[in-house]
Amino acid sequence: MERAIILAASAVGAGLAMIAGIGPGIGEGYAVGKACEAIGRQPECKSSVTSTMLLGCAVAETTGIYGFIVALLLMFVTPNMFIGKL
Amino acid sequence: MNAIENLNITGAKILFETPIVLFGQKLVITESQVNSWIVILFVAILCKVLTHNMKIRPESRRQIIAEFIVEKATNFVKSNMGERFAGFAPFIAALMALSAFSSLLSIFGMFSPTSDLNTIAGWAVVVFVMITYYKLKGGLGGYLKSFTQPIFVLTPFNIISELATPISMMFRHFGNICSGSVIMTLVYAALSTLSAVLFRWMPGALAQFPFFQIGVPVVFSLYFDIFGSLLQAFIFAMLTMMYISSAAEDGEAARAERKLRKQNKHRKQEE
Repeated sequence: MERAIILAASAVGAGLAMIAGIGPGIGEGYAVGKACEAIGRQPECKSSVTSTMLLGCAVAETTGIYGFIVALLLMFVTPNMFIGKL
Repeated sequence: MNAIENLNITGAKILFETPIVLFGQKLVITESQVNSWIVILFVAILCKVLTHNMKIRPESRRQIIAEFIVEKATNFVKSNMGERFAGFAPFIAALMALSAFSSLLSIFGMFSPTSDLNTIAGWAVVVFVMITYYKLKGGLGGYLKSFTQPIFVLTPFNIISELATPISMMFRHFGNICSGSVIMTLVYAALSTLSAVLFRWMPGALAQFPFFQIGVPVVFSLYFDIFGSLLQAFIFAMLTMMYISSAAEDGEAARAERKLRKQNKHRKQEE
């Protein structure tokens, strides 16, 4: 019973942790939209705009990645840790 | 249905244990270490082959490729860090090549060393040491004082943000590559299950043959393995350059300020 509760709670927690993916999604979409506008206005700046946008996207992605790591920990590390203690 | 049962998402497998004991734990050789040795060997052989038998006037295609890579790397570093840091080009290029080839190993179905946090933690620590070295060049006092800026109350937050630099760097790289490999494992399992369900009527071994695993994963692999890997290598190199050049600027500003203060003191004494 306890085992089942631990596994279920870990899975639900991992799912909830991935809600963090919303933020970077919106943020990166906004950044890419702005980059498209900039390229449309000044097509000659395409390469520098693209590289700056990719860097900014990678930095904006960090919070989503933290959520993913928490989800990974909940899926693969905590169940074994708690089940081992039972 | 056996594909789902066989599905296992694990970290690096331990290949063998050495008798050396460090911090109460046995030193182990994992899959990620062995695979990163393979990558190091591959990059070294590639460099050796490309630069073999060089001439002043390039004749072979090899030398032209080698010169192209070196020139691109130098220009990349110069345009991002300034002319003074052109000496960083080999380091940045090595970091980029190691990262890109390690992540690209997953195309061949091998465990890529970059989906192990330890590998990237090592690189992030190297970068952190370099950042701290360039900040310390401005003097220990200036370095410690920079933590109390703009007001003294913010010291703990400044320390946390200083430590967050390598941690966010390694989590970013690890998270991207690891999520890619997890998704690819799920895609392969799903495709083999789908073909097992759809082609159950086929005779003999053909019923178990995963037809959908041929060709279909290329679409996902193109994004998660190739694009993601190259992008993360680029971003890791880019962030390294930006952090190091901004640290060097901080250090130089601190040194200039100290010099100015010394001159002012001197002048006052003379008066």
